[in-house]
This record gives sequence, structure tokens and C-alpha cells, in this order.
Amino acid sequence: MSPILRLLIHRLALSLLVLAGVSILIFFVARVVPGDPARIALGPNAGAEAVEALREERHLNDPLIVQYGWFLRDLAGGDLGTSLYTRRPVLQDIAAYLPATLELVFIAGLMMVLVGLPLGRLAARHQRRGPDHLARFLSVLAVCTPAFVWGVILQLLLAYVWPIFPLEGRLSTGVAPPPDITGLYTVDALLTGQFGTMLNALYHLILPATALALSGIGQSARLTRSSMIETYRKPYIEMARAYGFKEGRIARRYAFRPALIPTLTVLGLDFAAMLANAFLVERVFVWPGLSRYGVEVILRKDLDAIVGVVLVIAAMFLITNLVVDLIVSIINPRLRLAEKRGK
Amino acid sequence: MSSKTSSVALTEFRSNPLSIIGLVLVALCVGLAVFADLVAPYPAHVGPIGDFMAINQAPSAAHWFGTDTIGRDVLTRILYGFRLSLVMAAMVLAISMPIGVALGLMAGYLGGWVEFAIMRLTDVFLAIPPLVLAMAIMGFLPATLTNAMLAVTAMWWPWYTRLVYNVVRSEAREGYVLAAEVIGASPLHVMTREILPNCAPAILTKLTLDVGFVVLMVSSLSFLGLGVQPPTPDLGSMVADGAKYMPDAWWLSIFPALAIMVLVLGFNLLGDGLREAFDAEV
Repeated sequence: MSPILRLLIHRLALSLLVLAGVSILIFFVARVVPGDPARIALGPNAGAEAVEALREERHLNDPLIVQYGWFLRDLAGGDLGTSLYTRRPVLQDIAAYLPATLELVFIAGLMMVLVGLPLGRLAARHQRRGPDHLARFLSVLAVCTPAFVWGVILQLLLAYVWPIFPLEGRLSTGVAPPPDITGLYTVDALLTGQFGTMLNALYHLILPATALALSGIGQSARLTRSSMIETYRKPYIEMARAYGFKEGRIARRYAFRPALIPTLTVLGLDFAAMLANAFLVERVFVWPGLSRYGVEVILRKDLDAIVGVVLVIAAMFLITNLVVDLIVSIINPRLRLAEKRGK
Repeated sequence: MSSKTSSVALTEFRSNPLSIIGLVLVALCVGLAVFADLVAPYPAHVGPIGDFMAINQAPSAAHWFGTDTIGRDVLTRILYGFRLSLVMAAMVLAISMPIGVALGLMAGYLGGWVEFAIMRLTDVFLAIPPLVLAMAIMGFLPATLTNAMLAVTAMWWPWYTRLVYNVVRSEAREGYVLAAEVIGASPLHVMTREILPNCAPAILTKLTLDVGFVVLMVSSLSFLGLGVQPPTPDLGSMVADGAKYMPDAWWLSIFPALAIMVLVLGFNLLGDGLREAFDAEV
């Protein structure tokens, strides 16, 4: 077996183990807390028999470990339970709300890579001079400002004071959503050739995605800077200078590429942080994503739905990290070479 | 690990302008929070009652940051918001840091199944974005200040465990540890007296950075309506409440938003300065 494949299988197994752990953790936290879920679901006016019937139906009278068994069995069948708030299967609810969140997070992730990495590179090239101080200050500022603060500030400046961007929502009123293929409006509109709708959706994405991306941009710029500075100390950079290569080329070809590997790993973490911060940004921009659902079910103590949302987010987090591992192992020449030698 | 003497670290810290800015901001915020009773122009506005003759006023000489929908002075509430944020951060860290450090020491030094159990548990906690886990915990508990603090504490310790674990792993084979073991020091002694002091710079740096991040987390929870409840003055819920009155009463959310920014920025710059001065891996 090739080393890359073995590494990935190892990582996959570990991720599944962690996901199982997450399910145990969240399941037991949900069950151990005070308050009878059936009573909460039915409200204070429900009769004792109705509460008892629901307890029986949801297996709430069984011992915890048996309840977890039921939970796992349902989970294996893709059943996350029924939301007490929407009265629909939790999975169906999540499938309806998730695409809007994913679209936001993908665009923000794209911004993070396309702005953060070049900014870090610029700072590293001009270490301890003007652009470096500026980039560092900006990235610290970006890192330590919560996404909702960016949201509120951007909204005030670019939607109210200078109304360049739309205030909220995914599309302008009067624009029909594209047919539901992936749930991502931009992609669906593109697939069905509705370019007007696509631009409209993109236009609505810019402000919330920026608010969401800013802290990731700061973090990735910071990291790119520090790992590039480390690479700059390596002898082969000295050699490239001795050959008389231009600084720009040294930065691009020799210092930036190795610096990409540690940065990528952290980008995976940042991407996951965005999934959480999306909750805050969605609230500011009235974005109909997973967070609206998540906060709603949390306020209503809708246990199955809360467990479902947390599990889905944890699963996406683990998937992201697996994908990052895959990319890193593909671009890291050391692993590639090890593979060739293995043959 | 730090190989510098403390005087070198101090000199390095002093020569970095950003660290000094951080120190000044932190001193300012902590000072305002501690002396809020003396500094705040309208200390009575902490509760649910404001001045009904002065509602929704734009910033002026009497109310620097304006007044809210029931006539409370925004500046006053921000100052008390600082106090609440800092107290919450201190309590969260005072509980989660020792737990995390103790687990990290045990996992790193004892190894074996202890290490496996603790580190896999840590992985589980770290696999859920902190805000989401804290939100979920708040979903199962009534939304009160104490519960918000508990929720944040419950997800904060793993970061210290991982940090200390990594430091211990690199220290455990150092000569001074072996020497202590050879003369028959107990594992407890080696962990707490030999290794722990060498984790101190990393822990201190992380603590400083974390004050900012805990403030961020708590205000995010409050922003979503899952943390501090009115009328307690909290920066996150002030931003959320004020956002309803945008753009006319922009001061209601912009000033508390900037206050969060300044507070977190201060601790971040200070923590960054410490990190560079100590050469700590955080």
C-alpha cells in the first residue's frame, strides 16, 4: 500500500473515532441535563399521559446506554430524529438550511485564501518594514474582532451610509430563486443559465462573506508570514540570492511554496471556525442558513435537532480536515518522493 | 521552550511597539472596568431604568456615546460591560486552565493508556467548533450568566491540555527531568516541580491571548441571545439589540462593537508580544 493511502486510511479511521466520541459526548450532555425533554416539547399545559406517551415513543424511559443504542441505530439509517419545532425530520431540515450556509462559507473560504496568502507573502517580503507592520496590525485586528462586529460595521458603512451592497437576504425581492439542484444559488443559477440571478446572488454574498472571511484572512496572513520568514532563513534561499534571482521570484517560487504546507493545515481549522462564525454573520444579514435553524432549536430546547446540528457541523469539520490532509499529502514533495521510493 | 533569561525577554518585549500598545490598551480596559463605579458618568443606568427624558440621543457632551431606547447612557453600560466581560473571562480561565494543565501534564508525562484516554477526549472536544459546542450546551441549560460561563469553561480546557502536552513531550527527555527521576523523585514531584515551571511561559502567553478570546466567545453567545440576559450590561447583547435600530441609532451597536474590538485587540497584542519575548509555542 502506498504511504499516502495508508496515511489517509489512518486519518479516516481516527476521524470516525472522533466522530463517534462527539456523538457520545453530545448525546449524553443532551440527556443528562435537567428537565424532561418530553415535557419541554409538549409545553407546560400538556397532560401527564401525553408526556408519558411521548417519553415511551422516544425511548426516554430506557436506561441511558440503551437510549444511546437506539440513537446509533437511527443514526446508521440516516435518521437524526424529528424536530419538535418544525415537526419534520431533522435531516430534512438540515438539508434545507445547510446549502445557504455552505455557499457563504465557501465564498468566505475563497476570500481567505485569495487575500490572506498574498497579504502574508507581502508582509514576509518586507519583514519589519512598513507593509509588514501594516499587514500584521490588520491581521491582529481581523483576528480579534468577532464576525458579528465586522458584520454590523460593514452593514452600516456599505449598505446604509453608502448603499453599495444589499442589506440582507440571499436575493433581491422579485428575483426568483433558481431551481433547486445543489441549493447553492450561484451554482444552480449558473447551471440553468440564469446569469442575472447568479450575479444577484453573488452580489448578496459579498458583504456577509467578507464579514465571515476577515478573521480567517488575518489568521492566514499571519501564518503565511511566519512560516515564510522561517523558510527565508534556509540555505537554499541564500543560494537563490547568490544566483541573483529577483526578490519577487524568490518569494514566489522558493519561500512561499514550502510555507504553504503549515498554512494549509491551519486553513482547515479556520474553515471550521467559519462554520461556527457563520451563525453570527447569518444573524446580522438575515441569511436563511443553518444558524437561523440552530439558534431557533436551541432557544426551543429541541434536543434531537440540536444534536443533529452539532453532529453535522462536527462531521463537516472532520471532512474538511481530511480534505486538507489529502491536499497537503499531494503537494508535499517529501510524501510524494517517499511514495516513489516505496515502489 | 524559552532559552532566554527573563531580562532578555523583558528587553525584547519593551522594544516591540505593538506589545506596548497592547499593554496600554489592557491597562486602560482593566482600569476602566475596576473603577467603573467612579468613572462611569451615570452609574444608575446599569439596571433596567434610564432617563426617560433623554431617550435615543445621539452622542453629545452629556452622553459621549449617546443613549439607548430607554434613555440609558451607552458609555456607562460599556464600562460595566468591560467589567462583566473581564470577570467572566477570569472565571472561565481560572477553572479551565488548571484542569487543562493538569490533564496535559498527566497525558504527557505518564503516557500509556492515560495519554490515550486524555488525548482522544481532547480530540473529541476540539473536533467541535467551540462556539457551536457552547451554543449546544446552552441549548440544554437555561440561558443565564452562570450557565454561559459553564458552557465556555467546558470547552476551553482542551486547548491547555494540548498545549501543555506538547511542551511536556519535548521536556520529558531533558537532562534535568532524568536527573530528578534518578534521585527518586515521585512522578507528582517531577510533573509539578520540574516540568511545570518550564511550561509557565507558554501557559502565561496563552492565558493572555485567551482573555481576549473568552471575551469574544461570551459576547458571541450573548449576541445570539444565548448568554447574558438583560438588563445586565453586556457588550455582545448591546450590539445585537442596537442592530435593530440601524442605521438611525447607529451608536447603539457601533460603540459596544468597537469596545469589544479594543478589549480583544489589547489582550491579543500583549499576548503576541509575550509570545515573541518568551519564544513560546502557543
